Amino acid sequence: MNDITSMPALMLASKIKNKELSVTEVLDQQLKVIHEREPLYNSYITIMDDEAQKQAKLVQQRIDAGELNDSPLAGVPIAIKDNICTKSVRTTCASKMLENFVPNYDATVIEKLKNSGVIVIGKVNLDEFAMGGSTKTSYFGPSKNPWNTDHVPGGSSGGSASVVAAEQAFISLGSDTGGSIRQPASYCGLVGFKPTYGTVSRYGLVALAPSLDQIGPFGRTISDCTAVLDIISGHDPKDSSSVNIKNYSYMEALVNDVKKMKIGVPNLFLNKDLDEDILNCFTEVVEIFENMGAEVEYFDMDKLKYGPQAYYVISCAEASSSLARFDGVRYGYRTNDYDGLTDLYKKSRSEAFGDEVKRRIMLGAFTQGPGNYEAYYNKAMKVRRLIYDEYQEAFDKYDILLSPESLTTAPHINYNNNDPKDKYRSEMLNVSVNLAGLPGVSIPCGRDKKGLPIGIQLIGNRFDEKKIIRAAYAFEQVKPYKRPSTLI
Amino acid sequence: MKDYEIVIGLEVHVELSTSSKIFCGCSTKFSLDPNSNCCPVCTGMPGTLPVLNKKATEYAVAAGLALNCNIRKRTIFDRKNYFYPDLPKAYQISQLYFPIAENGHIKIELEGYEKVIGIHEMHLEEDAGKLIHDSDNNNTLIDYNRAGIPLIEIVSKPDMTSSDEVLAYLDKLKTSLQYLSVADCKMQEGGMRVDINLSVREVGDKKLGTRTEIKNLNSFRAIARAIESESNRQIELVKKGEAVDLETRRWDDISGENIRMRPKENVEDYRYFPDPDIPPIEFSDQEIDRIKSSLPEFREEKIIRFQKDYAIPKYDAKVLTSSKKMADIFENTANLCNRPKEVSNWLMVEGMRIIKDNNMDLWEVDFNPKKFSKLILMVEEGKINRTIAKEVFEKIFLEDIDPDEYVKKQGLAMISDDRELGKAALKILDKNPGAVSDYKNGKTKVLGYLVGQTMKDMGGRADPNQISKILKGLLEEI
Repeated sequence: MNDITSMPALMLASKIKNKELSVTEVLDQQLKVIHEREPLYNSYITIMDDEAQKQAKLVQQRIDAGELNDSPLAGVPIAIKDNICTKSVRTTCASKMLENFVPNYDATVIEKLKNSGVIVIGKVNLDEFAMGGSTKTSYFGPSKNPWNTDHVPGGSSGGSASVVAAEQAFISLGSDTGGSIRQPASYCGLVGFKPTYGTVSRYGLVALAPSLDQIGPFGRTISDCTAVLDIISGHDPKDSSSVNIKNYSYMEALVNDVKKMKIGVPNLFLNKDLDEDILNCFTEVVEIFENMGAEVEYFDMDKLKYGPQAYYVISCAEASSSLARFDGVRYGYRTNDYDGLTDLYKKSRSEAFGDEVKRRIMLGAFTQGPGNYEAYYNKAMKVRRLIYDEYQEAFDKYDILLSPESLTTAPHINYNNNDPKDKYRSEMLNVSVNLAGLPGVSIPCGRDKKGLPIGIQLIGNRFDEKKIIRAAYAFEQVKPYKRPSTLI
Repeated sequence: MKDYEIVIGLEVHVELSTSSKIFCGCSTKFSLDPNSNCCPVCTGMPGTLPVLNKKATEYAVAAGLALNCNIRKRTIFDRKNYFYPDLPKAYQISQLYFPIAENGHIKIELEGYEKVIGIHEMHLEEDAGKLIHDSDNNNTLIDYNRAGIPLIEIVSKPDMTSSDEVLAYLDKLKTSLQYLSVADCKMQEGGMRVDINLSVREVGDKKLGTRTEIKNLNSFRAIARAIESESNRQIELVKKGEAVDLETRRWDDISGENIRMRPKENVEDYRYFPDPDIPPIEFSDQEIDRIKSSLPEFREEKIIRFQKDYAIPKYDAKVLTSSKKMADIFENTANLCNRPKEVSNWLMVEGMRIIKDNNMDLWEVDFNPKKFSKLILMVEEGKINRTIAKEVFEKIFLEDIDPDEYVKKQGLAMISDDRELGKAALKILDKNPGAVSDYKNGKTKVLGYLVGQTMKDMGGRADPNQISKILKGLLEEI
């Protein structure tokens, strides 16, 4: 066990601030661990050795000059999901299409992290264009779950989860369109935070479904996640969907007190498809919250069951349009041999996109095709509204909602989930949160018989992040973070 | 023999003259240096997001109001999806379901009648880049400077029946937008682009014939020619009992041909849907009222006011208001020198001649009213004669010279000093002994000739009456 890399990010930052550790020393240790463990987990697409060293020197100077006294994470290494643009560092979206694409601009979140002295150390694996839940659709091959390398880390932000669990990064950023932060966090036993839509700028995040996408942090503790959220949140004039709220100081919500907090549990989320170990673990979680003085109540939410259908129609329609720009004309993959413009488009896209991406592009094009707009897209938008309304009703009664994060723990890497209905069920716990634009956090709560982590999800009302942070923090005091037993 | 009538509706794209593009901060300046006016946003790079330029929506609202449209209080941008290399995101941000303005009209005036042309709707969208064929390497190059320039598309109702009406409609549209200062409408630079939807039918028929759409029209002349060509083609087909195909055609101004481009599918599959990156735009009544109250005086109003306030004929008022710049020059100069008819005459005769001779744009003329009014007063006071005044006028127009200084420097002022004039007259008398003796012999008509010679010798810078008097005096003395 490496004493430095296994530390929580906030503890590391305070040691750096106190000059117990230097930024370069930390980075050296981190890069060493990354390179040692990378053959096991395949989580990094690009490791930014040299670039990170340069950042580290500069950040150390800024720390020494007292410029970063207010930054909670100065000097801490962070890994970035490879669909978030980094200036001069290739951003692949785990696709052959963008294998060699180097943006000449930073995403807003990257600018904010760099300004706060956080060290960006590399770009991590995901499902191609964030389409999937396992990293198995990545052009660079799947990543492995640090708890058991025969299992997937989840996805689409699988690399972001895997590196934090494997101590190849202290913290990371992922993106969540239909559970892509919360599900891998639960599979890897981490905290994964999906903020309210509009809290974190999407500028520089390669779009999957712009009305659903939101960037959020991974960490080993809710405190680490919250510290990242403090840095990356805020109104951004470059993103019209980013909202201007008064207070972005989430860390003040790290309080161990859930007395009288009203917690609702939608019955629908505890259905027969739920893994038995998960159900048992969940029941225990409910008891823990009750013991801490919270009031837990089970109730019905009927419309959520239409979530997955609406989610697929909307997300595929938006993806089909958002991914159209990858046409081989300006950047990205271009076929070698083509005859005319249409042939250039067809071949470039056919050769560079994987099956899952093609499937969703076609599905999206279909649902918006002639005559289908009303039948599919518009109907899905109406369902979305109903789901939003149903959540609003729930939040009239409850402070936060509680559910299992996923129906199962991390599947085996060879498990092929080809039954679409099965897929729908597993996504039901997540996608409605994106459809309604709500904040959700996945926190670890135990392990199944195979020793794989189980997560629960806390859902808050729009811009009510602080309530779920408080609940997660209180829970963490009872169930603190466990590192994977397999780690050396 | 049956009679046929033409039915025309127009789709007009106009670039708005905001200083920055519609969804990013890039300048809208026309630049010849390819890809010098673009950024990650307007080139559609991955992860970038559009942010709406509020000015563009205000310009569009003003244009909508000028076209007597209803302004939508809540307007939404849609993605129009199609692949083409000039379209960097492979979708154009446009409006289909909730355009910014709709149900308007404008009045056009033709010889002998007036007509109201309906506006179906007007929407706001972004322009695409430009493809340039590089014949040296047989390659197509793309210039994205134009990508993201704000455009309004004005869709008329099929209310026009001749090229005269079309040109009157376009002229009215152009003038109104230019008066608003929301657009330059320079057709040559693509600032105003016109697509014509044209069909023919037997007079009296209620049903519309199958239409064709003609694209690539970049001058009023080309539009008139294309309408002529396409209506003749359709009438011929109908006469022969053949069907007109629903199709898109392209006008080739050089060959004067109108060529079939592609068939138009019944439903164009652009898969429009609301752009999730841009929240709906809301206009309050107050905002719309504010824009309404800031609308300038339009041409029709100016024509009436000029007749009333400056007592100039309607014809003058019409010519002077054909561009806002011209109207402003007139009004400012007239207010300075208080000689409106004189100002009008200068502008209409000499001004228009200079504009025509120099191939200038009526909208680009620049003329200093102070210098112009000085010139008019100099003529009136007899400091210079009209011939010289014309030269000075042209100099003010083209080179912005100061009339006083110029006249002094060039020695163009009138000479009224008797001694100097006497000297010049004597010189002429010396040169023309024949004429002198003729005069002495009673042929007094030769005086006119002698005045002319003296004037010529002095470059016209004298009063002929004064010269005549001096000559007479000298002749008497001989």
